[in-house]
Amino acid sequence: MSLLQVENMTHWFGGLRAVSEFNIDLNEGELVAIIGPNGAGKTTVFNLITGVYRPTEGKVVFQGKELVGQPTHKIIAGGIARTFQNIRLFRELTVMDNIRIANYARVHSNPLASMLRLPAFQREEQEIYDRSLEFLAIFGLDGLYDQPARNLPYGQQRRLEIARALATSPKLLLLDEPAAGMNPAEIVQLIDLILMVRKRFELTILLIEHQMRVVMGIAERIKVLDFGQTIAEGTPREIQNNPRVIEAYLGEEETA
Amino acid sequence: MQFYIQQTLNALQVGSVYALIALGYTMVYGILTLINFAHGDIFMISCYVAFFFSTLVISVLAGLPPLVVFVLTMLVSMFFTALLAVVIERLAYKPLRTAPRISAVITALGIGLLLENFMVAFKPVGPAPRFMPELIPNVIYNIGGVAVSNIQIVIIVVSIVAMVILDLIVRRTMVGMAMRAISWDKFTVPLMGIPVDRIISLTFALGASIAAVGGTLYGMAYTIDPYMGIRIGWWAFISAVVGGIGNIRGAMLGGFILGFVEIFTPVFLPASTYRDFVAFSLLLVLLIFKPTGLLGRPMVQKV
Amino acid sequence: MIAKLWNRWKLQLILLLVLVLTILLPAVGVIDDYINLVLKYIGINIILTISLNLVNGYMGEFSVGHAGFMAVGAYTASLLTVLVVPEALNPFLFPLVIIAGGVVAGIFGLGLAFPSFRTRGDYLAIVTLAFNMIIKSALENIEAIGGPRGFMGMSKLTSLFWVFIWVVITVWLARNFIFSNYGRGVQSIREDETAAGLVSVNTRQAKVLTFVFSAFLAGIAGGLFAHELQFINPRSFTIAKSTDMLVMVYLGGIGSLGGSILGATTFTVVSEGLRSLLQVLGISQEWRQVFAPLMLILLMLFRPKGIMGLREWRFLIPQLDRKKEPPASKPQPEVAS
Repeated sequence: MSLLQVENMTHWFGGLRAVSEFNIDLNEGELVAIIGPNGAGKTTVFNLITGVYRPTEGKVVFQGKELVGQPTHKIIAGGIARTFQNIRLFRELTVMDNIRIANYARVHSNPLASMLRLPAFQREEQEIYDRSLEFLAIFGLDGLYDQPARNLPYGQQRRLEIARALATSPKLLLLDEPAAGMNPAEIVQLIDLILMVRKRFELTILLIEHQMRVVMGIAERIKVLDFGQTIAEGTPREIQNNPRVIEAYLGEEETA
Repeated sequence: MQFYIQQTLNALQVGSVYALIALGYTMVYGILTLINFAHGDIFMISCYVAFFFSTLVISVLAGLPPLVVFVLTMLVSMFFTALLAVVIERLAYKPLRTAPRISAVITALGIGLLLENFMVAFKPVGPAPRFMPELIPNVIYNIGGVAVSNIQIVIIVVSIVAMVILDLIVRRTMVGMAMRAISWDKFTVPLMGIPVDRIISLTFALGASIAAVGGTLYGMAYTIDPYMGIRIGWWAFISAVVGGIGNIRGAMLGGFILGFVEIFTPVFLPASTYRDFVAFSLLLVLLIFKPTGLLGRPMVQKV
Repeated sequence: MIAKLWNRWKLQLILLLVLVLTILLPAVGVIDDYINLVLKYIGINIILTISLNLVNGYMGEFSVGHAGFMAVGAYTASLLTVLVVPEALNPFLFPLVIIAGGVVAGIFGLGLAFPSFRTRGDYLAIVTLAFNMIIKSALENIEAIGGPRGFMGMSKLTSLFWVFIWVVITVWLARNFIFSNYGRGVQSIREDETAAGLVSVNTRQAKVLTFVFSAFLAGIAGGLFAHELQFINPRSFTIAKSTDMLVMVYLGGIGSLGGSILGATTFTVVSEGLRSLLQVLGISQEWRQVFAPLMLILLMLFRPKGIMGLREWRFLIPQLDRKKEPPASKPQPEVAS
């Protein structure tokens, strides 16, 4: 069943066409990767899907609902989550708070009840606290719950960011270069982590990645972007043998 | 009709002073994206430098031709004001260049108030308004029922000349090019051998000295007091924002617009006390609907 | 048993005791009028500092116009006292009058929240500045409320007792707000607004709540201020007043209630101490005005986080959020490593 359909999405930054007639159809449970050289418009695609930018043209349909024009927080609450290429945690806040904030849309207590600390509010606070702690345990971060996020080592920060994204209870997870800045050992762990959450949370995953090890290892389908245009699409094997891709991208990347 | 010509002339006179000060706000913002809230008070200091120096010169070197006194006063005021601005930049802003941007803005706000309150408390200055000695004997011409003073003409002409020179400096010289380069990209510019610190100091000096041109001119026509940094400075600041902060020609345009707002407010509203209300409402409306000002370039937010 | 009860209720008991003292001490003359006044100023300044800290410290926006909200609260409450409430009922309706001032200020806060959707940083600072100037200029031009001469006729209703009650209410409400879902959302805006939206925080809602609540508190402080001085005029609510608030926030430390209390107290005491010092030394009181901006500059240069930036007094933290022993470590299935 189709989960996300993006149709003819185009975006202009002033005079620059960052994304050009982008199409994608994601089925539930799939793991699809978008690859392409720097500046190919990959992150912009994520920003367009999540409403950070509004596409100049095109449609984004998620679970049968049009997303274009909806505010970001609604899109996220509706079941899409994402991480960032350069980790963007709430650095001064604790690990626990980073996770609890991702429950924002789930809270029912209104502001007044919260400010008066009515019993219902306190119950809800406790629930969210417990839920978040359990959540942290899944990622092996529960021991660090009271640490400011900035104190965590790089790999843990990446892990926390993925945990935070999943705390919004998404169906679709958008991962933006999760392996950036990782050494080979950390990459192996990351691949395991991605496969684990995919199974455990029954996720559909759209992945932007430079590391061919990650992409070729776990993606079922690959889309190649260059200068905002889709230049190839297919299984990892097909992509590896596609002459246009090799020319535009893989040729220089394989040695890296 | 004569009334409106007269008022237009007055508006140009006030507006040119606003424009001169607005340039300093806009140049610093352009290069550092810092709102230098202290700039209005730098202008106020420049008036006092001109005041004290001209008083001194006239009493010690009586008999100098008025033109010489005028030029000398302006140059001295420009020099000391520029010096003050550079000292402030080095001591208070430079250490904060890597701090969160808002720290420098708060500091600037503090420096502005410090200068103002210092001048109020400082005995030789004090809160009372003062008249600068007459640098150029005031002559009023009557042209078809419109009163034009020679001082008015001097103010408008000198201001426009100063603006043209500044515009040329920024557009045509190496220093100007370096300034524009820094405002575009703070990271690669130092790699190209441009002395960033020196260019930034120079920007402050330039902005302050052109405010001092305005300060000397202003003192020739109006009384001066320590609260000018608020009364005049804020208006100049609004000018810079209205024109599009960071944009030099915008600052000039904004200055003249605010000059017209000031002069024509009492014409259309019951009292001149509404002028602040009108000016700041204008600012608020503009910020909400066109935050980049009239001539500013739109900022692309990087996510 | 008693120890347990004491532990549970000690804060409430201490507060009650202090409340009794706020009536008793001035009445028997242990606290003279001057000390009484300074204590009231400290209280009012604590409310103001918490108000501004919500926007500047917790949300990470930058307001330089909070004196405008204070003015709205002060004028609203004063007008109600003098023109609406019958004199005999004044002491009884005083809390309602103060709340009304806060509510009207809150409505203005709502108005100022909208620009914050689109602009932030410097531009929002200018918006708040313009707001402050517009309020002051508008008050100067409304003859019916005294114009530039100001407004008077309020009886001296602001007692130490009421100030203390409002301070406690303010701290309690602000604490509850900060340690709630909404308060965490507000802090996530400070840390990274885009990321906040992308983990489902309704940033607009959080901004509106913060601005309204913050303005409400500033309005409360304004009402108390007006009924202390019994005279207000537009010049009491200029950028200089807003700057005093900034000094208190950055002195005590951003994002901290304890810091706000410390900052307001230190600032008020030092500022009053300076008054006496200048008097003794025979120096003009005008030098006192140099102190606040100088302090602001030095703070920014040498201690931008203030006394306790982003840290909190333990007793102000709700039970759930306090650091505790690490959770009983049940053996976790090793995941993904």
